[in-house]
Amino acid sequence: MASTDTTSSELTLAIDLRNISKSFGTVQANKHVNLKVEAGTIHGIVGENGAGKSTLMSILYGFYEADAGEIYIFGKRTPIRNSSDAIAAGIGMVHQHFMLVENFTVLENVMLGAESGAMLGRSITDAAAELDRLEREFGLAVEKDALISDLPVGQLQRVEILKALYRGARILILDEPTGVLTPQETDQLFAILRSLREQGTTVIIITHKLREIMVLTDQVSVMRQGEIVASRVTSETSREELAELMVGRKVRMSIDKTPAQPGEALLRVENLSVHDHYGVARLDRVSLEVRAGEIVGIAGVSGNGQSELLDVLSGILPPGEGEVLINGHTVTPEHATNPEQVRSYSVAHVPEDRLKRGLVREFIAAESAILGYHNASEYNGVFLTKPSAIIDHTHHLMEAFDVRPAHPTLKSANFSGGNQQKLILAREMDPGPKVLLVGQPTRGVDIGAIEFIHKQIVAMRDEGSAVLLVSGELDELMSLADRIIVMFEGRIVGEVAASEADEKMLGLMMANAHTPTSTVSEEVPA
Amino acid sequence: MDANITTEIISTLSATMRVSTPLILAAMAGIFSERSGIVDISLEGKLLAGAFISAAVAAVTGSAWLGLGAAIVVTMLLSLLHGFASITHNGDQVVSGVAINIIVSGMTVVLGIAWFHQSGQTPSLPNTARFMPLHLPGSETIGSIPILGDIYTKILSGHNLLVYVAFLSVALTWWVLFKTRFGLRLRAVGENPKAVDTAGISVAWLRYRAVLIAGILTGIGGTYISIAQNASFIREMSAGQGYIALAAMIFGKWKPVPAMFASLMFGFLDALSIRLQGVEIAGIGQIPVQAIQALPYILTVAILASFAGRAIAPKADGVPYVKER
Amino acid sequence: MRRQPLPAWADIILIPIINITLALLVAGVVIALIGENPFKAFAVMFQGAFGYAEGIGYTLYYATNFIFTGLAVAIAFHAMLFNIGGEGQAYIGGLGVALVLLTFDHVLPFWILLPLAIAAAMLFGAAWAAIPAYLQAYRGSHIVITTIMFNFIASNLMVYLLVNVFIVPGSMSPESRVFDQTAWLPTVHDFLARFGIDVAASPLNLSFVIALIAGVFVWLFVWHTRWGYAIRTVGFSEPAAEYAGISAKKIIMLTMLISGALAGMAGINEIMGVQHKLLLDFVAGYGFTGIAVALMGRNHPLGIVLSSILFGALYQGGADLTFEMPNISREMVTAIQGFIILFSGALTYMSRPWLERLFGLFVREKSTEEVPHGR
Repeated sequence: MASTDTTSSELTLAIDLRNISKSFGTVQANKHVNLKVEAGTIHGIVGENGAGKSTLMSILYGFYEADAGEIYIFGKRTPIRNSSDAIAAGIGMVHQHFMLVENFTVLENVMLGAESGAMLGRSITDAAAELDRLEREFGLAVEKDALISDLPVGQLQRVEILKALYRGARILILDEPTGVLTPQETDQLFAILRSLREQGTTVIIITHKLREIMVLTDQVSVMRQGEIVASRVTSETSREELAELMVGRKVRMSIDKTPAQPGEALLRVENLSVHDHYGVARLDRVSLEVRAGEIVGIAGVSGNGQSELLDVLSGILPPGEGEVLINGHTVTPEHATNPEQVRSYSVAHVPEDRLKRGLVREFIAAESAILGYHNASEYNGVFLTKPSAIIDHTHHLMEAFDVRPAHPTLKSANFSGGNQQKLILAREMDPGPKVLLVGQPTRGVDIGAIEFIHKQIVAMRDEGSAVLLVSGELDELMSLADRIIVMFEGRIVGEVAASEADEKMLGLMMANAHTPTSTVSEEVPA
Repeated sequence: MDANITTEIISTLSATMRVSTPLILAAMAGIFSERSGIVDISLEGKLLAGAFISAAVAAVTGSAWLGLGAAIVVTMLLSLLHGFASITHNGDQVVSGVAINIIVSGMTVVLGIAWFHQSGQTPSLPNTARFMPLHLPGSETIGSIPILGDIYTKILSGHNLLVYVAFLSVALTWWVLFKTRFGLRLRAVGENPKAVDTAGISVAWLRYRAVLIAGILTGIGGTYISIAQNASFIREMSAGQGYIALAAMIFGKWKPVPAMFASLMFGFLDALSIRLQGVEIAGIGQIPVQAIQALPYILTVAILASFAGRAIAPKADGVPYVKER
Repeated sequence: MRRQPLPAWADIILIPIINITLALLVAGVVIALIGENPFKAFAVMFQGAFGYAEGIGYTLYYATNFIFTGLAVAIAFHAMLFNIGGEGQAYIGGLGVALVLLTFDHVLPFWILLPLAIAAAMLFGAAWAAIPAYLQAYRGSHIVITTIMFNFIASNLMVYLLVNVFIVPGSMSPESRVFDQTAWLPTVHDFLARFGIDVAASPLNLSFVIALIAGVFVWLFVWHTRWGYAIRTVGFSEPAAEYAGISAKKIIMLTMLISGALAGMAGINEIMGVQHKLLLDFVAGYGFTGIAVALMGRNHPLGIVLSSILFGALYQGGADLTFEMPNISREMVTAIQGFIILFSGALTYMSRPWLERLFGLFVREKSTEEVPHGR
């Protein structure tokens, strides 16, 4: 095709990716991707985990180099070999995991890599002046001299956006920006992005949350298995259509489950507090109970004590103050326990961080399949282990939870995220625990596996287990849990029946702006 | 009696300056390297290599300066090797460092015997081929002032050039780390290399520069040991000072000035223990010479035991930077 | 160009061979720089190590020490601990052996002395590893630095003890008295002579067999016991260990005690098997060689036995080399060790991309049984 007749339309294209391919070893992450993003718009990219969204954007930002294909920025062919090429081309990126130096100030982070000269003195004055300008123009206020480690997550994201703008970004890419935000913080972010769009900045947002695509974007592209399978104008599509495009088949968005039949309390926490070694309260007088046959969900922005709660209940962290009653056993600061003992109380724990804690990547699947149960008598003789018993057990787990490939001697790292998670769930659920502690059961798991995992958790409840579920996905909590408890700064700030909860209400509670249960108790008698 | 004690104190403090010099230089080298995220156990090997090369070159050419230059070239090459293994190939940094130490330990003797046939020593150097004590200007006039004069003429003055270079290196290290763009990026890359990479700065090149600076500093430190503090190379003459410098760096929390004071403390205790050699102590008797010789090592362990747990290393220290997938 | 993931055999056999070859290549260049012929030098070394029965005996005798110190380093590596203190632990292990034998050699029969001496070697070696282990586990002190410091301290302690305590009155050399013959480990040539087999005399003794047994023990322990499982869990992922209820602190202690005990066993070979007295510097770098042995043997007992024999050959051949070419000193072997640690420990996979491309040239695309990768 002659290039002359396309110039007029290409001038309005901020980004034009042509035929981008990238593979890692034997895995092809991007296959002949073509993507066009119009200047001055907000463009969404959706897809399941592992669909290749992050890889594509990392190529655009020069973090990886594409194996093949061409990149055109504002109509001009721009080879991007590293991040400085991308920055020079006017591209800025806000990564899912913030790229900030924790013991630096906001100002130092903003000027890092964009200093004014070899000495720091002038850089500091210049950066401070520019930050003031950006604050005036976009309403992006930050404390310039605050240490990154002292700032809340929402502020960190703002610093990342400022970093990109400071470098003169005209195209801003955000990778899963709302994962760590409350719904209200998300709304603020979206307001900022819209005002950036008004000023002519092109915004690309990667997400797996279809709701955000619908409220924010002008156009949307769907990725599946490394390819762009569809592009739509947002106003002309629907959540259902996008979901179907993402998965490649029709998806049911809800879970069938009968009302809970709660029995006796199998887990009771009373006035539990935990302080970290800086003396900061990570858990602050938490009291809750989970009864047999119910799922209690814990909502909250990550880092508000949910992880510590799971750690105390599973015996990893000792309680600082208060008491835990777990399936008839009492745990107090004086009578601390350990994970092995807690397991013997018929408690199972699916950890939040699958790769770090749930299994050992270097172990074969059969070794990962006994993690935490490795001292059990079925797997051990007097001195030596019983390899055949371990392998047989793993076969059984893999069959019961449909783990693929069903090879117990394959390295754990070589299973997909969903299959790793199913193996962990199988390991923890197979003994039929009375109390099940679950953290982020479907994080990084593809939609097919999510349905399966949800069904298993509900089945566990229906068999009479008490389930405590920590999840960052409000959708998951609302559809899976029977009651939802909201945590903020280590405290319980509210509780609602799942059937009565909605996203807005939970969001307000997560930001501690709306506390239906505690307002009553805190009222001062006149 | 009193005068005697004063002389003792003055000469111990003066010895402290001399004994601390290689520790200070190596500790600064360690700070550059580890602030960039590269653990450098091979400070020890680089000191030893620097000591050998400078003594060998000075013996052949008769020039201390050529000795120093050659030592710096060789220690920078060793730094490049360490960088090649740990930056380019993401190898285990501790293993790479240990390998360099063992290579140097063997090669200095192999080359020493092959070149000089003196069972691993280099020939004894004339003073003209060494770094000799300098007298700071105005020693005579200031020397007459009581106390201050003694401090100036007998403790601060009368050392060789490299001693002053060591103290200068502390100021320079501080200035580079905290007042320059390079220092800002260096500190950043040791904390969060990904942040540096995504800011469009090459992680590898930054880290290479850091280890090269460590090479220069250890080259000076090694030269000091063989041709300033002593007059020839003796096998294994670095005697663990590279490791002690690492301990001083940790004790100094990866900061130049505290690390210098930690080095001075090690140096002082060392100088003191040399003074104690052969001295009868009431109630204990004569302390065995081996106990005195072991003292720096015991102290290193004691200091690591009491403080290391609380010291916070740069976050990415020792972790190869791999763009993960 | 297409890369082909390497088959297991290339990873386990080919890469180590390439790494040793690179190390020897560098050593050859050094020898050439000194002005000797590297090919002749390696020929002399090979002849010295394997060319005659006595040489083989010496090679295996050295290998015995390296199996012990190599296993010591390897088991620590499995818990991600770098034990550089094998040198001091072996030295102090020898002290334990000597204490037992000097006390009981005239009193007890050999078959009681042997287990006692082994127990002492292990106990003393473990004790010398215990303090750095404790400091690492409970105080976070860098175990690499503390174990090195303990090498220096052991060295000073032994000089003191030999000069002031063990020295034979009136003697000038800092050595203990020679043990009674009942306390000597039988040598292989004596043992074989009893069956009418005549082998040249060498220091090779019963402890070689003990070393092989130790290798089997380590293999079983690391891969086939729940404690080995715990050690590997801690080594691969401390968060996973914490989650599983495995105490990293206890595992660090356990691993280092076993590591120290294994290193201490080198004292059985040297003191009870060969020297028959306590003397200065009998460890002669065996502890450091253990690092090279473990890295080259990929921390697996079989690999460790094989690489121990290679290093035994280097030591023995190196001794012959110094004799034939006085310009090349014994420390050449130390340098070669350093090169091997560098190539097989720090530059382990330098050759991998090249090999992958090479294999890619020969192997046709076959992506039928692809395992999906997670992120």
